[in-house]
Amino acid sequence: MHFGFLTIYWRDMIRFVRFRTLLVSSLVQPALWMAFFGIAMSASFNRLTPDVPPIPGVPPIGYLTFMAAGVIAMTTLFTSLFGGMVLLFDKNWGLLREVMASPLPRDHVIFGIALSGMTKSFIQALIIMVFGMLLGAEFFRGYSAGQVAISVLGILLFVGIFSLGFLFLSAAIAISLESPEGMQGIMTLLTMPIFFASNALYPVNAFPPVLQAVSIGNPLTHLVNGIRYFAIGDRYQAIGVLYTTTPSGLLFSLSVLVVFGLAMFGLAWWRFQRAVVT
Amino acid sequence: MAGEIIKVSGLVHRYGDFEAVRGISFAVEQGEVFSFLGPNGAGKSTAINVLTTLLRIQHGSARVAGFDVATEPARVRESIGIVFQEVTLDRDMTCWEILEFHGCLYRMPYGERRKRIEELLAVVELDAKRDTLTKHLSGGMKRRLEIARGLMTRPKVLFLDEPTIGLDPQTRRRMWDYIKAVNEEGTTIFLTTHYMDEADQLSDRISIIDHGQIIATGRGWDLKNRLAEDVIYLETSDNGRSKEIVGAMDGVTEVKEKTNGFVALVNQDGTHLLPRIMDEIRGQGIRIVTVNLKKPSMDDVFVHFTGRNLRDERAERPSAAIARAGRR
Repeated sequence: MHFGFLTIYWRDMIRFVRFRTLLVSSLVQPALWMAFFGIAMSASFNRLTPDVPPIPGVPPIGYLTFMAAGVIAMTTLFTSLFGGMVLLFDKNWGLLREVMASPLPRDHVIFGIALSGMTKSFIQALIIMVFGMLLGAEFFRGYSAGQVAISVLGILLFVGIFSLGFLFLSAAIAISLESPEGMQGIMTLLTMPIFFASNALYPVNAFPPVLQAVSIGNPLTHLVNGIRYFAIGDRYQAIGVLYTTTPSGLLFSLSVLVVFGLAMFGLAWWRFQRAVVT
Repeated sequence: MAGEIIKVSGLVHRYGDFEAVRGISFAVEQGEVFSFLGPNGAGKSTAINVLTTLLRIQHGSARVAGFDVATEPARVRESIGIVFQEVTLDRDMTCWEILEFHGCLYRMPYGERRKRIEELLAVVELDAKRDTLTKHLSGGMKRRLEIARGLMTRPKVLFLDEPTIGLDPQTRRRMWDYIKAVNEEGTTIFLTTHYMDEADQLSDRISIIDHGQIIATGRGWDLKNRLAEDVIYLETSDNGRSKEIVGAMDGVTEVKEKTNGFVALVNQDGTHLLPRIMDEIRGQGIRIVTVNLKKPSMDDVFVHFTGRNLRDERAERPSAAIARAGRR
């Protein structure tokens, strides 16, 4: 077994901790989303929802709780998509040469970067959970300590697999491009549909059929499904919509993320084999 | 000397239509310092990138440290160290971390890695800077750290791409001392440079490379002797006639015109020949204004083999650019 990817991981984590601004902003940013967007949106949604007749026998949850899961997902998406950018800078500054000229297999570069991106996503997810609950998001309501622990692990499992998929994609893009501006542009193009054609902030039931189909194929939707299942439960209502998640539904969501992750790894692997860095 | 550690034959490398390396063949003996000397854009870096497996070989064959770069790139990588032309140090890592990272990349065992780091920090005199971020190092220190990094894995061959570019003269001399010391420890060194004095000072053998081709290969003194034993420079009151007189003399192989005078390349000891030349010229009633005798420099060698001066070529570019700008 070759643990070369840990070397790449170690170095990227050094940078994460050493760039104070990067560290602080990446920790504060999700909290700000919760604080501003969460409170503002939940205030307006909670004003509207009383008009919607509640479904009897199903526990209702507030909008803040509903969207907190979406903010975890969104933050994971952004962090992961930008996680590969470091490779582009390394390439442009010549730092990647040392690695590419070493005997380290190239898939280890991909794994190392992906692993450090995943770590950052874990840290952010935990911060949002804690901060969201401080703001009033009702995560893990009525759970025992053991259930909370299992649920947190479940959330991290979904967050982890999802982030790996997008980090692989990000790495593939970074190794193929020359300019950070170009990468920035592609990221913006990608995040828009992925983020808004998902169930992160609102139910997809009201979407036109085409958009609904997109949202079902959207990995972000499946990440949010997983987070809500573990954080809120398998049966609840929010904004007048009934949400149920069966174990098979949960497994399906997980499978989508796994397949997406594998496909993206294939893409990254292919791009890295072809990459010439001089 | 125990055999050839680098063996290249018929190497060709193209970027699209542009042929950067046009069929070069050479061999480097184990334990020697071998230089590629040539102007910027001569194909030196392309050749080094192929030998270090950063570029895939297109045509020809190359073996480094006993392995084929085409079929065994991983084995080649394990056997070599590289110091790149540009600084490739992470600005936000300490000297110690740079070396540790490199050792890990090459899967050096923990104990050996730590021991080697201490040794190398001492060798390149960066002991006191071990916990300093590389962005706070001077240019010379950065270069030394990069050489230490290149030596981490005790490579059989150390590739140095323009190792002293951008360094002040004093620092350059110290770098040369380090490089010589490394070579004395038994590491073969492959060096590219566009500095004549660097190639001359450091190398056992030099290949002059220009326009993607090797023009001449040999030991420094050998290349100079091929050109001439001595170079005599003269300015006289009648350069035209003097040239004819000198050109007809025994021992003079070539006479070349210069701005205010001419040079004679001679194939025997110039200190004895020069008085005779001067007698001959004076005998014809010509006054001698200036005389100079010197051994050929690498500059002379380069001019001789390529037909142009390194400095001329570099000076030509900005003026051409200015001329173009003027036309707009």
